[in-house]
Amino acid sequence: MKKPSLGLQVGLTILPIIVSLAITAILIIAAGADPRAVFEKVLEGAFRNSRSFANVLNFLIPLTLVSIGLVVTFTAGLWNIGVEGQMMMGAIFMTWGALNLTLPEPFQLIAQILIGMLGGGLWALLAGILKTRLGVHEIFGGVALNALANVLSIYLISGPWQPPEGGSVRSTVPFRPESLFTVIAPDFSVSLFALLIVLAALVIVWLALRGTRWGLQLKATGKNARSARLLGVPTTRSALSAFVVCGMLAGIAGTHRAITVYESLRPLASGGIGFLGLLVVLLAANRILLVPVITFLFAVIVGGSTRLKIALQLDSSLSGVLQETLVLMMLLFAGVRQRVLTRRDTSSTPEASPSTPAEAAHE
Amino acid sequence: MNEQLINILAGIVATATPLVIAGLGETIIERAGVVNLSLDGSITLSALVGFIAALAAQAATGSDAVALLCGLLAAALTSAVIAFIVALGGITLRQDQVAVGFVLTMLAADIAQFIGQPYTGQLGPQILITPIPILSQIPIIGPILFRQTILVYFSYVLMIGLWYWMFRTRGGLAHRAIGERPAAAFARGTNVNRLRYFYTILGGALVGVAGGAYSLSVKAGWTTPPNMSGDGWIALAIVIFGGWHPFRVALGAYLFAGLRALAFAVQSSPDIGIPVVLLNAMPWILMIVTLLLVSSGSIERLLQILPRSVQKRMRNFLRAEPPAALGTRFDPE
Repeated sequence: MKKPSLGLQVGLTILPIIVSLAITAILIIAAGADPRAVFEKVLEGAFRNSRSFANVLNFLIPLTLVSIGLVVTFTAGLWNIGVEGQMMMGAIFMTWGALNLTLPEPFQLIAQILIGMLGGGLWALLAGILKTRLGVHEIFGGVALNALANVLSIYLISGPWQPPEGGSVRSTVPFRPESLFTVIAPDFSVSLFALLIVLAALVIVWLALRGTRWGLQLKATGKNARSARLLGVPTTRSALSAFVVCGMLAGIAGTHRAITVYESLRPLASGGIGFLGLLVVLLAANRILLVPVITFLFAVIVGGSTRLKIALQLDSSLSGVLQETLVLMMLLFAGVRQRVLTRRDTSSTPEASPSTPAEAAHE
Repeated sequence: MNEQLINILAGIVATATPLVIAGLGETIIERAGVVNLSLDGSITLSALVGFIAALAAQAATGSDAVALLCGLLAAALTSAVIAFIVALGGITLRQDQVAVGFVLTMLAADIAQFIGQPYTGQLGPQILITPIPILSQIPIIGPILFRQTILVYFSYVLMIGLWYWMFRTRGGLAHRAIGERPAAAFARGTNVNRLRYFYTILGGALVGVAGGAYSLSVKAGWTTPPNMSGDGWIALAIVIFGGWHPFRVALGAYLFAGLRALAFAVQSSPDIGIPVVLLNAMPWILMIVTLLLVSSGSIERLLQILPRSVQKRMRNFLRAEPPAALGTRFDPE
């Protein structure tokens, strides 16, 4: 097949970015603001000082963790929409640990993280059992389990875990200092330990998917579950393990979020990060090494957007609009690209399309 | 039958109506072999756009009827455009329909949040109850079914009309064929992908009407966060529960609305002593349980308990087979 010209290649890669920026700009103008001012405020909001950059990193950490987990479930052909609830469940379990355990300094936090992993993993396992054993599609099981995790958190916060002064449905009591991450500096409240967890997760999952039997079985399950089963791959166990791994990573993400951002448990503490992770992995077309690049970009956009409300009276949901338009355009332009390339290739050998997570998720 | 009960049942029919319309819209789409996962965001954005259009038309013309009509049309158009993007991405551009739908549901919800702020709590026109002259006089049934808004009557016509279309006409046969066996339909001269576009956009427009039914009738106005969010997912689950059959889908929506009304009633009378947490969890537990019930493995296990004579009938009643080609692409070449 003749290689398409470089100009066409580059054009088809950049065009979706330009189009999504243009759409967002139109929306900003419609809301009566100046797109250039928005752009400046977002950058200012992300990089103004060490405090704002710490916010970006503290968003990056959980987002990258769930995205790595979602690469695993997408590889197994699963749409783990329940990741949001798995984060929440991680935060809930961790809070139990924070409120009920008293261990010396480093072990308290480590125990909480492990308990958080347990919570996320169990909630994901439930979605997995519903999917594999009981025939409830993971998208619907996940949506319901997300809502149930939120209901549970509200119940705990306004009931058994209510602060002694009472009357609050806002949050539990603040965690004790031993329960918190040790930060690099007071005005740069990022935990090196948390960053190292992210790095370790990235490397371990990357290697495991590339070079282990488990990774191979996940891929086989994701590509074609029926043939994989006929070839002796334990597809059910494969799928369940993918759910659990993703759930455990989401559990750490939820733990980190509750501890770092709120220092307590709050309703909706997961803050849509799980859903955003799904967008990240769609954008990365399930290539794990692209994940940290995209999560950084997204973290800058989200972190920077918090300034919009104060500076320009714009709702910070604008950051979501930009990210989602970008992913939508990437998907659509991937299709345009395939069409253009196959049309140019008159010998009509169908081009092997890149395996997107969406493709893999198709049974 | 006492009056209070009649009022409650009439209320259930009214609140179920957006779910009925959205569920039937999605049924049309999925029967054609396309999944439109964008329902939740579509309904939310349509509700907002419908509300804004109605406000603008009211200010411009001073007529509530014109305003409401404009609102419903704008709502229908909004979700039709979203459904068109699903079709474009899934059919022409050969991307995964689930992925496109998922991104669109999030995008539509965020756009609604972004532009909706100034409209929060504003008063707008509202669709009023129009009793049907003779039918509303029938005891019991009359006040429950025929003392409702025009949208409720529309949902009746829609469910009966859709059933007739799908199972009693040639066109309906082609509609189901492109969702079951697109290759066979193609061999008989059907333009599969063009028809899929048509049904996706048509069903999308109905989803939009459901959105308008919230902001112009059932939950009139606009709130932040939107008070109908989550219902789109429930409508999607109801389509599965309904086995892609118009009457069962509608029944699912009524059952769901009924259980929700029950939960609400129990919640507002504290002496019954069911914890609030359980009631808030109810819709979602219900969603899982209903999907469990219709999944083939669970049905078989459950049926073992029943006497043999009832088994077959129950199996036929509960079974829900998705259209065979649901969510797949069809290439005529």
